[in-house]
Formats: sequence, C-alpha cells, structure tokens
Amino acid sequence: MADTDTIELVKDIDVDKYKYGFTTDIESELAPKGLNESIVRFISEKKREPEWMLEWRLGAYRRWVEMTEPTWARVHYPKIDFQDLHYYAAPKSMAAPKSLDEIDPKLLETYAKLGIPLKEQEILAGVRRQGESSELDSEGGGETAGRVAIDAVFDSVSVVTTFKDELAKAGVIFCSMSEAVREHPELVQKYLGSVVPQGDNFYAALNSAVFSDGSFVYVPPNTRCPMELSTYFRINERNTGQFERTLIIADRGAYVSYLEGCTAPTRDENQLHAAVVELIALEDAEIKYSTVQNWYPGDKEGKGGVYNFVTKRGDCRGRNAKISWTQVETGSAITWKYPSCILRGDNSRGEFYSIAISNGRQQVDSGTKMIHLGKNTSSRIISKGIAAGRSDNTYRGLVTAHRKATNARNFTQCDSLLIGDKCGAHTVPYIEAKTSTAQFEHEATTSKISDDQLFYCMSRGLSEEEAVALIVNGFVRDVLQQLPMEFMAETQKLIGISLEGSVG
Amino acid sequence: MILNGLSLTVNAGEVHAIMGPNGSGKSTLSYVLSGREGYVVTQGSVTYRGQDLLAMEPDVRAAKGVFLAFQYPIEIPGVATMQFLKVALNAQRKARGEKELSTPDFMRLVKARAAKLGVSQDMLKRAVNVGFSGGEKKRAEILQMAVLEPSLCILDETDSGLDIDALRIVADGVNALRSPDRAMIVITHYQRLLDYIVPDVVHVLSQGRIVKSGGKNLAHELEERGYAQFEKDAA
Repeated sequence: MADTDTIELVKDIDVDKYKYGFTTDIESELAPKGLNESIVRFISEKKREPEWMLEWRLGAYRRWVEMTEPTWARVHYPKIDFQDLHYYAAPKSMAAPKSLDEIDPKLLETYAKLGIPLKEQEILAGVRRQGESSELDSEGGGETAGRVAIDAVFDSVSVVTTFKDELAKAGVIFCSMSEAVREHPELVQKYLGSVVPQGDNFYAALNSAVFSDGSFVYVPPNTRCPMELSTYFRINERNTGQFERTLIIADRGAYVSYLEGCTAPTRDENQLHAAVVELIALEDAEIKYSTVQNWYPGDKEGKGGVYNFVTKRGDCRGRNAKISWTQVETGSAITWKYPSCILRGDNSRGEFYSIAISNGRQQVDSGTKMIHLGKNTSSRIISKGIAAGRSDNTYRGLVTAHRKATNARNFTQCDSLLIGDKCGAHTVPYIEAKTSTAQFEHEATTSKISDDQLFYCMSRGLSEEEAVALIVNGFVRDVLQQLPMEFMAETQKLIGISLEGSVG
Repeated sequence: MILNGLSLTVNAGEVHAIMGPNGSGKSTLSYVLSGREGYVVTQGSVTYRGQDLLAMEPDVRAAKGVFLAFQYPIEIPGVATMQFLKVALNAQRKARGEKELSTPDFMRLVKARAAKLGVSQDMLKRAVNVGFSGGEKKRAEILQMAVLEPSLCILDETDSGLDIDALRIVADGVNALRSPDRAMIVITHYQRLLDYIVPDVVHVLSQGRIVKSGGKNLAHELEERGYAQFEKDAA
C-alpha cells in the first residue's frame, strides 16, 4: 500500500546526507571552558574592545546569572551544562588579517567547499551561476542577479568582508561587529541593545555577555544599498558555542536587503548557537532580512546537531518603515526562534515569511511576534511548516495591537504539511487586540502529501523522491518568491536535499 | 477480486475501446497498467513491448511510454502546469538517456501543442489542475499526453464531465495523436465518445473479464441494448 510506502520512505529519510558536515582541521585558540566574569573579560580583550563594551557585557552577564532557561517551547533536550562549553574559538592564524591574501588558505578552502567564494571576482562569477534558471522553474531564471557582498564568520571571528570599499563609496558601512565596536562606537552605542535589551531573555542575555562576531550594517539616509549583503556563519570547533550578534540600521529612506546562511560540521556532540539580531528601520526605511539556516541537524537517531536559540527582532522606529523577515529553516536539532517586528511608527509594516522543514528527530518551535503600537500599522505572516520523519514542527506566533494602534491590520496564514505519520505539526497562535479598530485574520491548514498526488507525479515520470520535492516546492512557493532572486534556485535545491532519502 | 481472467492484446497503431458498466473493473484495469500502489496482481502477466510491465515502478513505465489520462486529474497546488510538464518531460528523457530539453525548446513545443488544444497561456501558468473546470482538466491531460508522446495511451473515462463542445476538442486532440506506432486504450461508459474517437476494436468488460469483442458497431449495439445481457453471460 502506498501508505506503508510513505511510512517506509519516512523511516529512510536520511539526515546523515548532510552535505556540509566536513570539519576544517585548523588550529584554534580557545577560551577555557566555562563562563564567568573573567571569560567575559577574556573575550572583550581578545577583541580589543573599549571599556564601555566590556562594561555592557559584564552587565549582561550579571543579569544572565540570575535568569533561568525558558521551558515553554515545545522542544525537549537534556539540560545544557553552560559551564562545559568554550565561549570563544578562533583560528590561530586569524590574528589580524588585513586582506584576502593574508587569510589562511584552509579557511578560503572551507568557504569554497561550501560554495561561498570569498574572492570578489569569484563572487561575481558564482552569483551569475546561481542566477540561472532552476530546474523547477519553467519560466526561466532571472538574469538580474546582482552582486553580493559577503561577511564570513568562522566560529567566533569574522574572516573577511568583501566589497567593503565599493559599499563605502555609497556611504554604506558593512563590517564585522568587532570592527564596528572599534571603528563606529557612536553608532553601536546608540543602537546596540535598543531592540533586544540585555535582559530580554535567557539566551539574549547570554549572547550579550559573550557575543563573538556577526555583521554590522549601516545604510545612510535616502540610500539604496547598491548590492545584496550577506553573512555566512560556520561553526567548526568542537564544544563551542557561536554567539553571533548582528545589528542593521537603515536610516531615513534607506533600503537594504541582507541574507545570512549557516552550516556546521557533522559532530556527535551538540553545538550551541545563540544569536541576537537587531534591525532598526527609521522613517520610510526598509529592511529585508532573509535567512537560510542549515546548521547540522543531527543524525537520524537524533545524535548531535546544533541547538539554535535565537532572538531576532526588528523595530520600525519611524513612520512608513518596513521590515520583512524571510526564513528557510532546514537545519539544527532544535530551533527556538521568533523573528519579530515592533511596529512603532505610524503606517509601518512588518512581514514574516517562513519555511521550516523538520526531518529525522529535529524539533522546531518557531514563529513570529507582530507588535502593533502605531496607527495604521499592518503585518502579514505566511508560515509553511513541513514535518517528516519523527520530527516535531510548531508554529508559535503572537499578534498584538496596543490601545493606540488604531486600524492595526494583520493577516496570518499557517500551513502545515506532514510526510508520514510519525511526525507532528502544531500551530499555537496568540492574538490580543486592545483596540476595537484592529482587524486580525488567521487561517491555518494541515495536510498530508496524498498518495494520489504522488502517484499522479510518478505516472508522469517523476521518481517518488522527485515527486515529494516538487509537491513540497509547490507548497512553499508563496514564501520562496520572497527570497532574493540570487538565492531562490539554491533554496529550491536545498529543500530537495533536506527531504532526500525520504523515499526508500 | 476485481479483474479475473482478462485477456487483451493491443497492437501498435490500434485504438481499443473498453466499455462496461460501473464496477466492471474498467478503472482498475487502467490503474494496474499504470502501476498504482494498492492493486495487487495475484496471477497473470502484462507484457509491454516484450518486457514485464508489472515489475516496473510507475515512473519507469512512464519513461517507457505508458501514459494514463486520469478520470479525475489530481491537483498540485503551487506547481505551475508549465513547470510540471517540463519536470515530467525531462525526467522521462533523462531516464531514457536522452538530453534534457532547454527552456526555449521546451516552451516552443508546449506552446504549439497547447494552441491545438485551446489551452491558453494563462492556464499553463496556473497550478496543476487547481481551480480548473472539468473541461480544462481533461484538456490539460491530453496536453500532457501530447507533450510526453507516449506509445501506449490509456484514457480513463476522458469523456466524463464534458459538454459536447469540450468533448469534440478533446477527441480532436486524441485523434491528432493517433499514429502507426502508438496504441490507445479508451475506457468509457458511453458510446458517445466513440463517435469522435472511432476505435478499431471494442471490448465489453463485465465482472472483471472481457465477455465480448467486436468492431466499432458493437458500441452501438451496447448503446441500444445495454449491458444486462453480458452480465448474465459473465455470471
């Protein structure tokens, strides 16, 4: 029976097929295991930070010590021993590279292997390749693929940031967070922690104390950032946590589109990733933030994998500001992540588009918060969850309208697709309106890939695996279209790979 | 047991009609031939161009030229009809060791075939069968057949749900595909379709077996006298 077959296919879903699981053999400088004030000082010193930054970190550390881990998410894992981790890891050769030529070739090789060329001329070539039509898109691909500037972060440090000079001509600052702390202290002091305060939650406090690297972006008033910005995060070292911190500011009338990608080696131990991302959009500004998260998900028995505890929040701080989150989540053993928008400015708009695929023993608890504070604010949430194997996939979302948020509007659509019968999909929406003028709509569906659909595709010549990938790509199409053109084809392939081996 | 003691030979170039009352096993026959899961063949064999058809997965059968036009075509949300056609055609070509068609070549092919069937560009952009009317669904099935160019076409109640104009368009499309190296099995309840797609042979299926075969006139006879006489014979 086809049903049995679907069960078979789910059993065989092979998360071991993770393609980015290689390890880079490179000598690292590690902080001693454990977390205390002297570790915080050690990190700050390593990064040659000014005194105010160290004080900020220590403040966060002192709050963190008083806090306890949140347990409300629908995820289960053994208690994490936060004293058994390294909070800083950096390749020894990374002391202070000034240009690409000084970077350890092993690191360049790592990124080349991941398909992330760091030499600017290769980026040009690479992107053109990505822009070609994908096999699933009969309309033909876009030839519009532009250039992408990349910040590459390896464990706790940024390896290189490309196209910096060209961006600087447009007045755009794109650099690692460590560099921003040293070079642009006035901007960092003004905005860091202004969206996600130090004590916001357990993981945000931890991140604030020990954050390593991440990207910093500032786009000046009335400037359209001339290219896509992108950061590529890689956790390599064993028993370390990666605590990236990203801060993006779009000044009045500015526009920027930013994409982050993440991978990690296949390891039996769990790795911890606790990031904080803060976005600030001032009046008439727009930030488009896309994530393709493909951390190592663990093997099919649930051994290993990244614990992904992330706080992402954007603040529409001025009138007509717009923030749009798009996420494609295929990796991590555990995902705890709710990219949110504070719609403070009147007429501001927030969007959240999400594809979350869970397979094997992965657990995903993800969603968004749309907090309507200003008048005539609007938000839109489209979430597509796909659960296979023995995974659990939860959408958790909050939509709230403040008393003064006259005419707040929200539309939410949550669709779940189940593959097999050992996985779970859950939708947990919270809706609060304190003004009678608010209009909130919520739609939710749950479906299974039907045997009819599979047979129909197969009778036309598609293998069962191709059929599943095609049906899933159709299911997530609305969200896929939100991704920058350059990454759409790649993402379609990634979706296929994530579900690979889902047939016997 | 739905099919029992059925014996049928279809040669290249021939069009065979299979008629029979509800529950006689017509759709089961089409599913067994195309390889749908859930239909277990306990005895007997199906030989297709000298090969054991029953040993092949549905996608392998498709690549070897077996095509089933569904009675109730299935919806695939989010997948444009054009995209579906391209993925299917290239999957088949790949399986046969042929080169995949480039996007421009493919578009030319589809546009030409679609025009003949009155399938609009707009319809090609819409998701497979989603929101299609009954007539559109059947035309889309025949378009798939025209693009995939199978050597054995099985049409399962292609006339159901069609008004007379739509029936004519679909029948013209099917007739255009008749060729000396293509065989067709046309499964239908009513004789009406066979006025447009004139078969070489008509078979009467009853209680899982063919109880009578004859020329195209057999269809008219059935229309006049009904299936009852054959049900008695089969019992």
